[in-house]
Amino acid sequence: MTNSVAQFLKKNKDRLLDTWTQKQLASDTLRDDLMSNDELRLQSEELVNLLVKTVNDENINQIESSRFDELFELLSGISMSRARQGFSPRETGLYIFSLKDAIFDLLQQDLSSDPVQLFEISLKFNRLLDSFGVVTFETFIKGREEVIFRQTEEISDISTPVIQVWDGILALPIIGTLDSARTQVVMESLLQKIVDTGSSIAILDISGVPAVDSLVAQHLIKTVSATRLMGADCIISGIRPEIAQTVVHLGIDLSNIITKATLASALKHAFNMNKLTVKRAEPEKKFL
Amino acid sequence: MDKIPILRMGPFLLVTIQVDLYDRLALNLETDLVNMVHKTGARGVLIDISAVSIVDSFMGRILGNIASMTRVLDAETVVVGMQPAVAITLIELGLSLSGVYTALDVERGMALLQTKIGSDDELIDDDADHTE
Repeated sequence: MTNSVAQFLKKNKDRLLDTWTQKQLASDTLRDDLMSNDELRLQSEELVNLLVKTVNDENINQIESSRFDELFELLSGISMSRARQGFSPRETGLYIFSLKDAIFDLLQQDLSSDPVQLFEISLKFNRLLDSFGVVTFETFIKGREEVIFRQTEEISDISTPVIQVWDGILALPIIGTLDSARTQVVMESLLQKIVDTGSSIAILDISGVPAVDSLVAQHLIKTVSATRLMGADCIISGIRPEIAQTVVHLGIDLSNIITKATLASALKHAFNMNKLTVKRAEPEKKFL
Repeated sequence: MDKIPILRMGPFLLVTIQVDLYDRLALNLETDLVNMVHKTGARGVLIDISAVSIVDSFMGRILGNIASMTRVLDAETVVVGMQPAVAITLIELGLSLSGVYTALDVERGMALLQTKIGSDDELIDDDADHTE
Protein backbone atom coordinates (compact mmCIF):
# COMPACT_ATOMS: atom_id res chain seq x y z
CA MET A 1 0.00 0.00 0.00
CA THR A 2 1.38 3.39 -0.94
CA ASN A 3 0.52 5.67 1.87
CA SER A 4 2.78 8.57 1.07
CA VAL A 5 3.30 10.93 -1.80
CA ALA A 6 7.01 10.33 -1.97
CA GLN A 7 6.64 6.57 -2.05
CA PHE A 8 3.99 6.81 -4.68
CA LEU A 9 6.14 9.01 -6.85
CA LYS A 10 9.28 6.91 -6.47
CA LYS A 11 7.47 3.70 -7.21
CA ASN A 12 5.58 5.01 -10.18
CA LYS A 13 8.21 7.23 -11.70
CA ASP A 14 8.61 5.28 -14.92
CA ARG A 15 4.94 4.54 -15.24
CA LEU A 16 4.17 8.19 -14.67
CA LEU A 17 6.55 9.27 -17.39
CA ASP A 18 5.07 6.71 -19.78
CA THR A 19 1.50 7.68 -19.04
CA TRP A 20 2.31 11.33 -19.32
CA THR A 21 4.16 10.92 -22.61
CA GLN A 22 1.30 8.88 -24.02
CA LYS A 23 -1.16 11.53 -22.98
CA GLN A 24 0.93 14.22 -24.62
CA LEU A 25 1.30 12.27 -27.83
CA ALA A 26 -2.42 11.56 -27.96
CA SER A 27 -3.34 15.14 -27.24
CA ASP A 28 -4.70 17.48 -29.90
CA THR A 29 -2.32 20.16 -28.83
CA LEU A 30 0.80 18.14 -29.68
CA ARG A 31 3.03 20.33 -31.83
CA ASP A 32 5.57 18.02 -33.42
CA ASP A 33 6.30 20.80 -35.89
CA LEU A 34 7.74 22.93 -33.10
CA MET A 35 9.39 20.26 -30.99
CA SER A 36 10.33 16.67 -31.83
CA ASN A 37 8.83 13.85 -29.77
CA ASP A 38 12.24 12.79 -28.49
CA GLU A 39 12.93 16.26 -27.32
CA LEU A 40 9.53 16.41 -25.67
CA ARG A 41 10.19 13.13 -23.87
CA LEU A 42 13.57 14.35 -22.66
CA GLN A 43 12.01 17.53 -21.36
CA SER A 44 9.25 15.59 -19.62
CA GLU A 45 11.71 13.12 -18.16
CA GLU A 46 13.78 15.89 -16.68
CA LEU A 47 10.72 17.41 -15.10
CA VAL A 48 9.45 14.10 -13.69
CA ASN A 49 12.89 13.26 -12.28
CA LEU A 50 13.12 16.56 -10.53
CA LEU A 51 9.54 16.28 -9.31
CA VAL A 52 10.26 12.88 -7.78
CA LYS A 53 13.45 14.16 -6.21
CA THR A 54 11.89 17.29 -4.75
CA VAL A 55 8.44 16.39 -3.57
CA ASN A 56 7.83 14.54 -0.29
CA ASP A 57 4.98 14.42 2.21
CA GLU A 58 6.13 17.35 4.27
CA ASN A 59 6.72 19.88 1.58
CA ILE A 60 4.09 19.01 -0.99
CA ASN A 61 1.93 21.94 0.00
CA GLN A 62 4.72 24.30 0.98
CA ILE A 63 5.66 25.45 -2.45
CA GLU A 64 7.31 28.59 -1.09
CA SER A 65 10.07 26.52 0.47
CA SER A 66 13.46 26.78 -1.14
CA ARG A 67 13.44 23.08 -2.07
CA PHE A 68 11.10 23.95 -4.89
CA ASP A 69 13.35 26.61 -6.35
CA GLU A 70 15.09 24.22 -8.68
CA LEU A 71 11.83 22.74 -9.86
CA PHE A 72 10.28 26.12 -10.53
CA GLU A 73 13.40 27.22 -12.33
CA LEU A 74 13.11 24.24 -14.62
CA LEU A 75 9.42 24.96 -15.19
CA SER A 76 10.19 28.59 -15.95
CA GLY A 77 12.90 27.52 -18.36
CA ILE A 78 10.53 25.17 -20.19
CA SER A 79 7.80 27.77 -20.29
CA MET A 80 10.13 30.53 -21.44
CA SER A 81 11.62 28.42 -24.23
CA ARG A 82 8.13 27.39 -25.32
CA ALA A 83 7.08 31.03 -25.46
CA ARG A 84 10.02 31.78 -27.74
CA GLN A 85 9.41 28.73 -29.92
CA GLY A 86 5.90 29.97 -30.58
CA PHE A 87 3.77 27.56 -28.54
CA SER A 88 0.37 28.98 -27.69
CA PRO A 89 -0.50 29.61 -24.03
CA ARG A 90 -3.09 26.84 -24.28
CA GLU A 91 -0.54 24.31 -25.47
CA THR A 92 1.90 25.25 -22.76
CA GLY A 93 -0.80 25.14 -20.11
CA LEU A 94 -2.10 21.79 -21.24
CA TYR A 95 1.42 20.39 -21.21
CA ILE A 96 1.58 20.90 -17.45
CA PHE A 97 -2.03 19.96 -16.80
CA SER A 98 -1.64 16.70 -18.70
CA LEU A 99 0.88 15.75 -16.00
CA LYS A 100 -1.90 16.20 -13.50
CA ASP A 101 -4.08 13.88 -15.53
CA ALA A 102 -1.34 11.28 -15.64
CA ILE A 103 -0.78 11.44 -11.88
CA PHE A 104 -4.50 11.15 -11.18
CA ASP A 105 -4.79 8.13 -13.47
CA LEU A 106 -2.05 6.36 -11.59
CA LEU A 107 -3.40 7.37 -8.21
CA GLN A 108 -6.76 6.00 -9.16
CA GLN A 109 -5.28 2.69 -10.17
CA ASP A 110 -3.17 2.42 -7.04
CA LEU A 111 -5.62 3.61 -4.45
CA SER A 112 -8.94 2.46 -5.79
CA SER A 113 -9.44 0.48 -2.61
CA ASP A 114 -9.03 3.45 -0.32
CA PRO A 115 -11.15 6.40 -1.46
CA VAL A 116 -10.33 8.55 1.55
CA GLN A 117 -6.62 8.43 0.93
CA LEU A 118 -7.16 8.80 -2.79
CA PHE A 119 -9.00 11.99 -2.13
CA GLU A 120 -6.38 13.32 0.27
CA ILE A 121 -3.43 12.66 -2.00
CA SER A 122 -5.30 13.89 -5.06
CA LEU A 123 -6.04 17.11 -3.28
CA LYS A 124 -2.38 17.62 -2.45
CA PHE A 125 -1.27 16.91 -6.01
CA ASN A 126 -4.00 19.13 -7.29
CA ARG A 127 -2.71 22.09 -5.30
CA LEU A 128 0.87 21.40 -6.28
CA LEU A 129 0.15 21.12 -9.97
CA ASP A 130 -2.10 24.15 -9.96
CA SER A 131 0.79 26.17 -8.63
CA PHE A 132 2.95 24.66 -11.36
CA GLY A 133 0.39 25.89 -13.83
CA VAL A 134 0.47 29.37 -12.36
CA VAL A 135 4.27 29.51 -12.49
CA THR A 136 4.26 28.25 -16.05
CA PHE A 137 1.78 30.86 -17.10
CA GLU A 138 3.55 33.65 -15.37
CA THR A 139 6.85 32.90 -17.03
CA PHE A 140 5.19 32.15 -20.34
CA ILE A 141 3.70 35.62 -20.39
CA LYS A 142 6.96 37.10 -19.19
CA GLY A 143 8.70 35.32 -22.07
CA ARG A 144 6.22 36.69 -24.54
CA GLU A 145 6.56 40.16 -23.08
CA GLU A 146 10.31 39.98 -23.49
CA VAL A 147 9.85 39.08 -27.13
CA ILE A 148 7.46 42.00 -27.59
CA PHE A 149 9.75 44.38 -25.72
CA ARG A 150 12.73 43.38 -27.84
CA GLN A 151 10.73 43.83 -31.02
CA THR A 152 9.50 47.24 -29.90
CA GLU A 153 13.04 48.34 -29.26
CA GLU A 154 14.20 47.04 -32.60
CA ILE A 155 11.36 48.77 -34.39
CA SER A 156 11.99 52.09 -32.70
CA ASP A 157 15.68 51.76 -33.52
CA ILE A 158 15.21 51.10 -37.19
CA SER A 159 12.22 53.28 -37.82
CA THR A 160 13.64 56.75 -37.35
CA PRO A 161 16.32 57.22 -39.98
CA VAL A 162 17.06 60.79 -40.99
CA ILE A 163 18.06 60.86 -44.63
CA GLN A 164 19.92 63.62 -46.34
CA VAL A 165 18.18 63.77 -49.71
CA TRP A 166 20.00 66.81 -50.97
CA ASP A 167 22.56 69.29 -49.80
CA GLY A 168 20.63 71.21 -47.14
CA ILE A 169 17.51 69.05 -47.35
CA LEU A 170 16.70 66.28 -44.87
CA ALA A 171 13.89 63.75 -45.10
CA LEU A 172 12.47 61.76 -42.23
CA PRO A 173 10.04 59.02 -43.18
CA ILE A 174 7.94 58.10 -40.16
CA ILE A 175 6.66 54.53 -40.14
CA GLY A 176 4.15 53.48 -37.52
CA THR A 177 2.28 55.37 -34.86
CA LEU A 178 3.81 58.40 -33.22
CA ASP A 179 3.63 58.26 -29.44
CA SER A 180 5.36 60.66 -27.09
CA ALA A 181 8.41 58.46 -26.56
CA ARG A 182 8.86 58.09 -30.28
CA THR A 183 8.31 61.76 -30.97
CA GLN A 184 11.11 62.47 -28.54
CA VAL A 185 13.47 60.14 -30.43
CA VAL A 186 12.37 61.50 -33.81
CA MET A 187 12.75 65.08 -32.66
CA GLU A 188 16.17 64.54 -31.13
CA SER A 189 17.60 62.71 -34.12
CA LEU A 190 16.13 65.21 -36.57
CA LEU A 191 17.38 68.28 -34.70
CA GLN A 192 20.81 66.75 -34.21
CA LYS A 193 21.03 65.96 -37.90
CA ILE A 194 20.02 69.52 -38.75
CA VAL A 195 22.92 70.80 -36.67
CA ASP A 196 25.34 68.23 -38.08
CA THR A 197 24.51 68.86 -41.73
CA GLY A 198 23.52 72.52 -41.52
CA SER A 199 20.34 71.71 -43.40
CA SER A 200 17.72 74.41 -43.70
CA ILE A 201 14.78 72.23 -44.76
CA ALA A 202 13.39 69.09 -43.19
CA ILE A 203 10.67 66.98 -44.78
CA LEU A 204 8.57 64.86 -42.43
CA ASP A 205 6.96 62.13 -44.47
CA ILE A 206 3.97 60.57 -42.73
CA SER A 207 2.83 58.15 -45.44
CA GLY A 208 3.74 55.33 -43.06
CA VAL A 209 1.66 56.64 -40.19
CA PRO A 210 -1.53 54.55 -40.08
CA ALA A 211 -3.75 57.16 -38.45
CA VAL A 212 -3.47 60.72 -37.27
CA ASP A 213 -5.46 61.62 -34.19
CA SER A 214 -5.21 64.81 -32.20
CA LEU A 215 -2.35 63.42 -30.10
CA VAL A 216 -0.28 62.41 -33.12
CA ALA A 217 -1.01 65.78 -34.72
CA GLN A 218 0.11 67.45 -31.51
CA HIS A 219 3.39 65.54 -31.71
CA LEU A 220 3.84 66.51 -35.35
CA ILE A 221 3.21 70.17 -34.56
CA LYS A 222 5.74 69.97 -31.73
CA THR A 223 8.37 68.55 -34.05
CA VAL A 224 7.69 71.20 -36.66
CA SER A 225 7.89 73.99 -34.05
CA ALA A 226 11.16 72.65 -32.67
CA THR A 227 12.60 72.52 -36.17
CA ARG A 228 11.51 76.10 -36.71
CA LEU A 229 13.19 77.18 -33.47
CA MET A 230 16.42 75.71 -34.78
CA GLY A 231 16.08 77.96 -37.81
CA ALA A 232 15.08 75.32 -40.33
CA ASP A 233 11.82 74.97 -42.23
CA CYS A 234 9.74 71.85 -41.93
CA ILE A 235 7.45 70.39 -44.57
CA ILE A 236 4.99 67.60 -43.79
CA SER A 237 4.41 65.31 -46.72
CA GLY A 238 2.66 62.04 -47.48
CA ILE A 239 -0.74 63.11 -46.25
CA ARG A 240 -3.31 60.62 -47.46
CA PRO A 241 -6.88 61.69 -48.21
CA GLU A 242 -8.22 59.87 -45.12
CA ILE A 243 -5.72 61.69 -42.95
CA ALA A 244 -6.71 65.03 -44.45
CA GLN A 245 -10.31 64.18 -43.62
CA THR A 246 -9.62 63.20 -40.03
CA VAL A 247 -7.43 66.22 -39.44
CA VAL A 248 -10.17 68.57 -40.57
CA HIS A 249 -12.89 66.67 -38.71
CA LEU A 250 -10.87 66.82 -35.51
CA GLY A 251 -10.41 70.55 -36.00
CA ILE A 252 -6.63 70.37 -35.96
CA ASP A 253 -5.08 73.54 -37.31
CA LEU A 254 -2.20 72.76 -39.65
CA SER A 255 -2.56 76.02 -41.56
CA ASN A 256 0.79 77.46 -40.54
CA ILE A 257 2.65 74.32 -41.50
CA ILE A 258 3.64 73.61 -45.08
CA THR A 259 1.92 70.36 -46.07
CA LYS A 260 2.30 68.44 -49.29
CA ALA A 261 0.58 65.34 -50.59
CA THR A 262 3.67 63.47 -51.68
CA LEU A 263 7.35 63.40 -50.85
CA ALA A 264 8.07 64.35 -54.45
CA SER A 265 6.08 67.57 -54.25
CA ALA A 266 7.66 68.35 -50.89
CA LEU A 267 11.09 67.90 -52.43
CA LYS A 268 10.10 70.15 -55.31
CA HIS A 269 8.97 72.79 -52.83
CA ALA A 270 12.26 72.42 -50.96
CA PHE A 271 14.19 72.91 -54.20
CA ASN A 272 12.22 76.06 -54.85
CA MET A 273 12.94 77.37 -51.36
CA ASN A 274 16.65 76.71 -51.86
CA LYS A 275 16.43 78.28 -55.33
CA LEU A 276 17.47 75.03 -57.01
CA THR A 277 16.09 73.83 -60.31
CA VAL A 278 16.06 70.33 -61.66
CA LYS A 279 15.76 70.07 -65.39
CA ARG A 280 16.01 67.43 -68.03
CA ALA A 281 19.30 67.34 -69.91
CA GLU A 282 19.09 68.83 -73.39
CA PRO A 283 18.35 65.93 -75.76
CA GLU A 284 20.66 67.24 -78.53
CA LYS A 285 23.71 67.11 -76.33
CA LYS A 286 23.37 63.34 -75.96
CA PHE A 287 24.08 62.78 -79.64
CA LEU A 288 27.04 65.07 -79.91
CA MET B 1 27.52 93.37 -12.87
CA ASP B 2 28.01 91.26 -15.98
CA LYS B 3 26.94 92.76 -19.26
CA ILE B 4 26.35 91.14 -22.57
CA PRO B 5 28.03 93.14 -25.35
CA ILE B 6 25.86 94.44 -28.17
CA LEU B 7 27.80 94.94 -31.37
CA ARG B 8 26.70 97.15 -34.20
CA MET B 9 27.08 95.86 -37.77
CA GLY B 10 25.71 98.35 -40.28
CA PRO B 11 21.96 98.48 -39.85
CA PHE B 12 21.98 95.45 -37.55
CA LEU B 13 22.82 94.73 -33.94
CA LEU B 14 24.65 91.52 -33.06
CA VAL B 15 24.35 89.94 -29.65
CA THR B 16 26.30 86.80 -28.82
CA ILE B 17 25.29 85.17 -25.59
CA GLN B 18 28.33 83.27 -24.33
CA VAL B 19 27.21 82.55 -20.78
CA ASP B 20 24.20 80.89 -19.31
CA LEU B 21 21.63 83.59 -18.79
CA TYR B 22 20.39 84.20 -15.31
CA ASP B 23 17.25 86.25 -14.85
CA ARG B 24 18.91 89.55 -13.92
CA LEU B 25 21.29 89.34 -16.88
CA ALA B 26 18.47 88.56 -19.27
CA LEU B 27 16.44 91.52 -18.03
CA ASN B 28 19.47 93.81 -18.42
CA LEU B 29 20.00 92.51 -21.93
CA GLU B 30 16.38 93.28 -22.76
CA THR B 31 16.70 96.87 -21.54
CA ASP B 32 20.08 97.46 -23.15
CA LEU B 33 18.98 96.02 -26.45
CA VAL B 34 15.80 98.05 -26.66
CA ASN B 35 17.73 101.22 -25.78
CA MET B 36 20.37 100.39 -28.35
CA VAL B 37 17.80 99.79 -31.08
CA HIS B 38 16.23 103.11 -30.26
CA LYS B 39 19.56 104.94 -30.17
CA THR B 40 21.04 103.51 -33.37
CA GLY B 41 17.86 103.11 -35.35
CA ALA B 42 18.91 99.56 -36.17
CA ARG B 43 16.66 97.62 -38.55
CA GLY B 44 17.53 94.16 -37.34
CA VAL B 45 18.73 92.34 -34.24
CA LEU B 46 20.58 89.06 -34.40
CA ILE B 47 20.88 87.05 -31.20
CA ASP B 48 23.29 84.12 -31.28
CA ILE B 49 22.45 81.57 -28.59
CA SER B 50 24.62 78.72 -29.87
CA ALA B 51 26.56 78.67 -26.60
CA VAL B 52 23.44 78.52 -24.43
CA SER B 53 22.73 75.03 -23.20
CA ILE B 54 20.16 75.69 -20.48
CA VAL B 55 16.92 77.58 -20.87
CA ASP B 56 13.86 78.03 -18.74
CA SER B 57 10.46 79.52 -19.41
CA PHE B 58 11.68 82.95 -18.25
CA MET B 59 14.47 83.00 -20.79
CA GLY B 60 12.04 81.87 -23.48
CA ARG B 61 9.70 84.67 -22.56
CA ILE B 62 12.52 87.24 -22.61
CA LEU B 63 13.43 86.18 -26.15
CA GLY B 64 9.82 86.56 -27.21
CA ASN B 65 9.59 89.94 -25.48
CA ILE B 66 12.74 91.23 -27.14
CA ALA B 67 11.32 90.29 -30.53
CA SER B 68 8.01 92.02 -29.85
CA MET B 69 9.71 95.13 -28.41
CA THR B 70 12.11 95.51 -31.33
CA ARG B 71 9.26 95.01 -33.77
CA VAL B 72 7.51 97.99 -32.22
CA LEU B 73 10.75 99.91 -32.88
CA ASP B 74 10.69 98.67 -36.50
CA ALA B 75 13.48 96.12 -36.18
CA GLU B 76 13.24 92.37 -36.81
CA THR B 77 14.80 89.89 -34.42
CA VAL B 78 16.47 86.68 -35.57
CA VAL B 79 17.56 84.06 -33.06
CA VAL B 80 20.30 81.84 -34.44
CA GLY B 81 22.16 78.68 -33.48
CA MET B 82 19.71 77.18 -31.04
CA GLN B 83 20.85 73.82 -29.65
CA PRO B 84 18.56 70.81 -30.24
CA ALA B 85 18.13 70.29 -26.49
CA VAL B 86 17.19 73.93 -26.03
CA ALA B 87 14.66 73.76 -28.87
CA ILE B 88 13.06 70.63 -27.40
CA THR B 89 12.90 72.20 -23.94
CA LEU B 90 11.22 75.34 -25.23
CA ILE B 91 8.66 73.28 -27.16
CA GLU B 92 7.96 71.14 -24.11
CA LEU B 93 7.45 74.33 -22.12
CA GLY B 94 4.91 75.36 -24.73
CA LEU B 95 6.97 78.30 -25.98
CA SER B 96 7.13 78.12 -29.74
CA LEU B 97 8.39 81.74 -30.01
CA SER B 98 6.07 82.32 -32.92
CA GLY B 99 6.99 86.00 -33.34
CA VAL B 100 10.70 85.33 -33.57
CA TYR B 101 12.59 84.59 -36.76
CA THR B 102 15.14 81.81 -36.50
CA ALA B 103 18.14 80.67 -38.50
CA LEU B 104 20.70 77.90 -38.25
CA ASP B 105 23.79 80.08 -37.91
CA VAL B 106 24.91 83.71 -37.89
CA GLU B 107 25.59 83.75 -41.61
CA ARG B 108 22.11 82.57 -42.54
CA GLY B 109 20.62 84.83 -39.90
CA MET B 110 22.32 87.82 -41.50
CA ALA B 111 21.07 86.74 -44.92
CA LEU B 112 17.56 86.43 -43.54
CA LEU B 113 17.74 89.92 -42.03
CA GLN B 114 19.07 91.29 -45.32
CA THR B 115 16.08 89.90 -47.19
CA LYS B 116 13.63 91.19 -44.57
CA ILE B 117 15.11 94.68 -44.72
CA GLY B 118 15.60 94.41 -48.47
CA SER B 119 11.93 93.69 -49.12
CA ASP B 120 11.00 96.62 -46.90
CA ASP B 121 13.26 98.96 -48.86
CA GLU B 122 11.82 97.78 -52.16
CA LEU B 123 8.38 98.47 -50.81
CA ILE B 124 9.38 102.01 -49.95
CA ASP B 125 10.94 102.51 -53.38
CA ASP B 126 7.79 101.23 -55.05
CA ASP B 127 5.73 103.66 -53.06
CA ALA B 128 8.08 106.47 -53.98
CA ASP B 129 7.82 105.58 -57.66
CA HIS B 130 4.12 105.48 -57.39
CA THR B 131 3.77 108.94 -55.95
CA GLU B 132 6.02 110.53 -58.51
